[in-house]
Amino acid sequence: MATNKPAEEPILSVKDLKIDFRTFAGPVHAIRDVSFDLKKGETLAIVGESGSGKSVTVRSIMGLLANNAHIASGQIMFHDADILKKTKRQLNAMRGNDIAMIFQDPMTSLDPTMPIGKQVAEPLRLHTNISEKKALAEAVRVLKLVGIQDAQERLKDYPHQFSGGQRQRIVIAIAIINHPQILLADEPTTALDVTIQAQIIHLLKEIQEKIDTSIIFITHDLGVVAGIADRVAVMYAGKIIEYGTVDEIFYNAQHPYTWGLLEAMPTLETNSDRLYAIPGTPPDLLDPPKGDAFAPRNPFAMQIDLEQQPPFFQVSPTHAAATWLLYPGAPKVELPPEIKRRRQIWETQFAGKEAE
Amino acid sequence: MVKYVLKRIGYLLLTLFIVASITFFLMKLLPGTPFNNPKIPAAQIAILRKQYGLDLPVWQQYLNYMVGIAHGDFGESYQFAGQTVSYLISTRIGPSLQLGVQAMIIGTLLGILLGAIAAIRKNTWVDATATIFAIIGRSIPNFVFAALLQFWLAYKWRLFPIALWDGFSSSILPTLALAMAPLANTARFMRTEMVDVLSSDYIELAKSKGESQWQVVAKHAMRNSMIPIVTIIGPMAVDLMLGSLVVENVFAIPGIGQQFVQSITTNDYPVIMGLTMLYSVMLTVVILIVDILYGFIDPRIRLSGEGN
Ligand SMILES: Nc1ncnc2c1ncn2[C@@H]1O[C@H](COP(=O)(O)OP(=O)(O)OP(=O)(O)O)[C@@H](O)[C@H]1O
Ligand SMILES: [Mg+2]
Repeated sequence: MATNKPAEEPILSVKDLKIDFRTFAGPVHAIRDVSFDLKKGETLAIVGESGSGKSVTVRSIMGLLANNAHIASGQIMFHDADILKKTKRQLNAMRGNDIAMIFQDPMTSLDPTMPIGKQVAEPLRLHTNISEKKALAEAVRVLKLVGIQDAQERLKDYPHQFSGGQRQRIVIAIAIINHPQILLADEPTTALDVTIQAQIIHLLKEIQEKIDTSIIFITHDLGVVAGIADRVAVMYAGKIIEYGTVDEIFYNAQHPYTWGLLEAMPTLETNSDRLYAIPGTPPDLLDPPKGDAFAPRNPFAMQIDLEQQPPFFQVSPTHAAATWLLYPGAPKVELPPEIKRRRQIWETQFAGKEAE
Repeated sequence: MVKYVLKRIGYLLLTLFIVASITFFLMKLLPGTPFNNPKIPAAQIAILRKQYGLDLPVWQQYLNYMVGIAHGDFGESYQFAGQTVSYLISTRIGPSLQLGVQAMIIGTLLGILLGAIAAIRKNTWVDATATIFAIIGRSIPNFVFAALLQFWLAYKWRLFPIALWDGFSSSILPTLALAMAPLANTARFMRTEMVDVLSSDYIELAKSKGESQWQVVAKHAMRNSMIPIVTIIGPMAVDLMLGSLVVENVFAIPGIGQQFVQSITTNDYPVIMGLTMLYSVMLTVVILIVDILYGFIDPRIRLSGEGN
């Protein structure tokens, strides 16, 4: 399990990141003090509802923020350099080489007017001095790796000649052709149907082993997380509100928002056509609340949640949550049934091992 | 592909047949006769009418005319006795074609460039300037440009010949005047398209590969933004043909446009009909070329075209 790995130097370290977007209505505080580490070879899932700031976070790592973005504070340390301080030229040298990205919608992320072979070979041509011919040969190899078996014959084909699942494989091939140290996957399976989702996740795992890369996997669906991630960070309204190993988040979650996400997740045991969504809507980021942003939707909210931002309370060396419920002396709450069930699993299966 | 082109040529012939028929009967409906000079004696007119076959019943005239066309014979001019329409057109078409092609090339190329720059520098003074320029280009008729260019560049500053047709330098001002509308049109179109394309996912992906802005534009954005431009080439060609009617007059260029205006004022029916046919041919050919071109730059169309 991830917790038993020796503590490694993080390959990427985001510290106190604050990002605003200038709009006509005023600054949108999209990222509010986000910090996390990504370790070598691990997969970190960032989970949260729409608008919580997942995409903005990974875009800032790529240096691909919109023009109206303003980085109010923070650092993104990659090896010994701060990505936020890189020049355009340095960013171009990094993108698609050290850090690569996989996008959400395979139907629109390939250039419709360029043969796929050329598109896959492009990052290689950009970052090395390899000849076109050799780059195309490498493209064939990588396309086969991602499961396009007849790659050689299909190099000259255009994106519209492939299915959605195949296109996402091609997008993945583009991302991995330079063996990046970090892969940023922004909801890479959301646009695909369920069986293809599973295939793509399996493929990502396989590739991760082959090219030894770290992955940040973004999703709003906790359901896909178990299959791929080592650790999970839960985001709400521009903040990370809980993080931990997959098991800690799935079976010992502490933040009521994480509980809500877990309840919204169809499992084998629960009836999957009973769809549950957390009631209410996220706060307006033009004017974020001063306490816990989730408080207005939180049935367990206390007075202090409305007044003061909860700090992170450490649950284990790898697990922490920002909720006043963890404050020593906070009243014990009656857990929702699904969370109670998960706690029981946690206590019988994991708690003992954890103590060793 | 060959099959597709043949089919299109078939359509083209059908279109021409219909255009020829319609123009023929429209001409017959017009009140003026070609020989309406009151000084010509009636007996003389009767001879002329017989000579041009105008005494025959209309259906007979129509038949003769269509058979003639099929053999490439468009009849003789009423105005210039003894000169065939084909000959008249062939002596006039050179300057017009040259102007049209030059204006088209300059207009679209500069328009694409201007529109692309405006889109890349969206919401800056560059963009604003380009937009104003495009609005001016679209709203001011080309003969005004023609007159302005003629007055300043030719008359005042003596940089170019004022008028007449005498080598390349005399084609520059009319070309510029004619190019203004397609330039403005293309620029406006290109800007809209390019702004769209630049915010698309595959451009995002291109950036994430590590391409510089220049590379993104050159490798991905230009081609994709230019696809829809192809669709306005047809209408722009029409504009150019019609626009040249007046511009040719301003610069006294012995082209088709000038001939057309002259023929209309003298009721020279055979020439008018011949020119109408010529315009129709050119238009349908332009549209055919555009369709083929479309397939070339958009692979998605290419495939469905082959399926035909
Ligand atoms: N260019 C921008 N200008 C203004 N606001 C922006 C801009 N980009 C993002 N935002 C805002 O920042 C917040 C976070 O957006 P983000 O795209 O990161 O959400 P997300 O978690 O990725 O959601 P989703 O699951 O829908 O992709 C949202 O409130 C969004 O409206
Ligand atoms: Mg997103």
